[in-house]
Amino acid sequence: MKTVVKAVGVSKYFANVNALDNVDFEVTEGELFGVIGPDGAGKTTLFRLINTLLVPDEGSVTVLGLDSVYEYRKIRPLLGYMPGRFSLYQDLTVEENLNFFASVFGTTIESNYELIKPIYRQLEPFKTRLAGALSGGMKQKLALSCALIHKPRILLLDEPTTGVDAVSRKEFWEMLKVLKQEGITIIVSTPYMDEAKLCERVALIQDGKILQIDSPESIVEGFKKPLLGIKAKSTYQLLQALKAYPKTNSAQPFGEYVHYTEKNRTPDQDELRDFLKKQGVYDVQVVSVKPTIEDRFMELMDPQNEEENNA
Amino acid sequence: MRIIRVLLRKEFLQIFRNKSMLPILFVMPVIQLLVLSFAATYELKEVDMALIDADQSELSRALVSRFQASGYFVLELETFNPEEALEAMDEGQVSMIIQIPQGFETDFKEGRKAHLQLIIDAVDGSTAGLIQSYSTSILKDLNAEKLVEVNMRNAVSAPKLSSSINIIPQNWYNPNLDYITYMVPGILVVLVSMIGLFLSGMNIVREQEIGTIEQLNVTPIRKYQFMIGKLLPFWVIGMVDLLIGLALARYGFQIPFLGNLFTVLAVAGIFLITIQSLGLLISTVTHTQQQAMFIAWFLMVVFILLGGLFTPIESMPNWAQNLTLVNPIAYFIKIMRMVLLKGAGWIEIQNMVYVLLFMGSVLLLVSIKRYKKTAQ
Repeated sequence: MKTVVKAVGVSKYFANVNALDNVDFEVTEGELFGVIGPDGAGKTTLFRLINTLLVPDEGSVTVLGLDSVYEYRKIRPLLGYMPGRFSLYQDLTVEENLNFFASVFGTTIESNYELIKPIYRQLEPFKTRLAGALSGGMKQKLALSCALIHKPRILLLDEPTTGVDAVSRKEFWEMLKVLKQEGITIIVSTPYMDEAKLCERVALIQDGKILQIDSPESIVEGFKKPLLGIKAKSTYQLLQALKAYPKTNSAQPFGEYVHYTEKNRTPDQDELRDFLKKQGVYDVQVVSVKPTIEDRFMELMDPQNEEENNA
Repeated sequence: MRIIRVLLRKEFLQIFRNKSMLPILFVMPVIQLLVLSFAATYELKEVDMALIDADQSELSRALVSRFQASGYFVLELETFNPEEALEAMDEGQVSMIIQIPQGFETDFKEGRKAHLQLIIDAVDGSTAGLIQSYSTSILKDLNAEKLVEVNMRNAVSAPKLSSSINIIPQNWYNPNLDYITYMVPGILVVLVSMIGLFLSGMNIVREQEIGTIEQLNVTPIRKYQFMIGKLLPFWVIGMVDLLIGLALARYGFQIPFLGNLFTVLAVAGIFLITIQSLGLLISTVTHTQQQAMFIAWFLMVVFILLGGLFTPIESMPNWAQNLTLVNPIAYFIKIMRMVLLKGAGWIEIQNMVYVLLFMGSVLLLVSIKRYKKTAQ
């Protein structure tokens, strides 16, 4: 497998903030690569380094064998970039936007129509509408069409599904799968953990550092401790009680359940129930749950766990 | 070339689609030209005056009717009580009080010095100056005329007037001292400057503010192409506005058009690039349209006040005169007046054009250099 994006020891500082700290990673051709992390983790900075809008302070980024600092002009036509914020002209129509970006890259809508067809088809009825008047999901489709119109080899999508409804999000990921079939390498960032499992490989990023890069399955497998889901009448009370419980290793709210691990490898459920009862927590239900990427991510974020796992 | 064409098409599409932009570009200049030219005038009209005539003589009445007949003064109040007249001035009812003392006519006829007092409201200094000079000239005329009468009646002494030097001022280039003729070329410059300084720079900041610059920067568009795409549309619009304004000045205001139209257009073209480059520079140091607007507005006010539009540069203090040396608007106003009203050609204006060219090149280079940095 050919490497298309390679970052070696990349750091980027903004004033006193270390936005990216000694980051290394590789993306191979045709891959659907996810960058997962909370807001402010450095995802956008990472994307702007790959798309040549930023210059790394340390280290180097190579895209398709081209250096991002010295050969940025050659890189740009090979990339399709969709910024996190809607960045098309709101006062131009759907068709005018698409035409503009096609012309700027020296191509036409017609010559690459096949590639954008699955996405653009849904937009075509509104092609004379101003981009600013589109719904969120439609804007996202237009932005994707514009990023694809010059048939890039790598597609960079910075939080494409943030602020988009659940149905559109699902549709969007379906579209990415179709594009992958075309052989386009896709690098996508998202703050949503549930989208991570849709990627082939993900990089977990936090505070400018990459915590782990692996397939979603392998990442989940890294979570070794038995995981319990605990539900009670008052989740807040439950959390307070669990924090007070001396054997608690971690307690994170996940929807209506609290995901709980114990310092011992196998948790003593009876003892836990007793403790909760004494604390006045009622209607306690305890079930065994399968860990998700988010569990693993939380675990990685806590350096204490890191040591324990390595030990 | 292809990319520049694409960019220009996009810009014009956006400009002409913006419903509030079209009136700003083409209607506002016309309205401004009309309003400013008629309103910004130093001609005196209808000064209200109060009269305290203690003499009640033939001469005093002749004097007052002279004032009234001039068309500039209206007799608002006639009283014998100076307190009342002063009160009227305090309240702003009158701007001048004429006080004629008793014995005014007798003094005059007997060849003594005849006194009278003019009290002028000088809150507005320039108006007060005008009132004074208008009044003085009315009194001088009256004096000369009555003096002849007096001298003829007292045949003892021969008329002396013939021996005195008679000065007849003649105003060149604007013989009637028509204020509109003086103002319109300058106001045209201000209109063109507004388009140049505000719109191009603002347009670039807008792309930053909305975030579209992010998408543009990853395309193969080069910096100079982007710049041309931003400057050219408003350059064209500025020139069109100038042509509309010149047509209005020539055929609407009937101001003289002695110089060559192409000289005016060539200088305007250079001037627009200079002022647009300044707008560009502002856009590289600001992040929002609001910031850009405030800086541009600040500079604009300074440029206009120090531009010789309302007050002659020659009457400014030295330090202010030195400041006008770096004011592109001052140069262009001077060139416009010289070319339109005096028919000046290339020889007379070339030095000022070189200065504009120099300023334009420096500003353009600096802003392009700065722009690269901000994009990184």
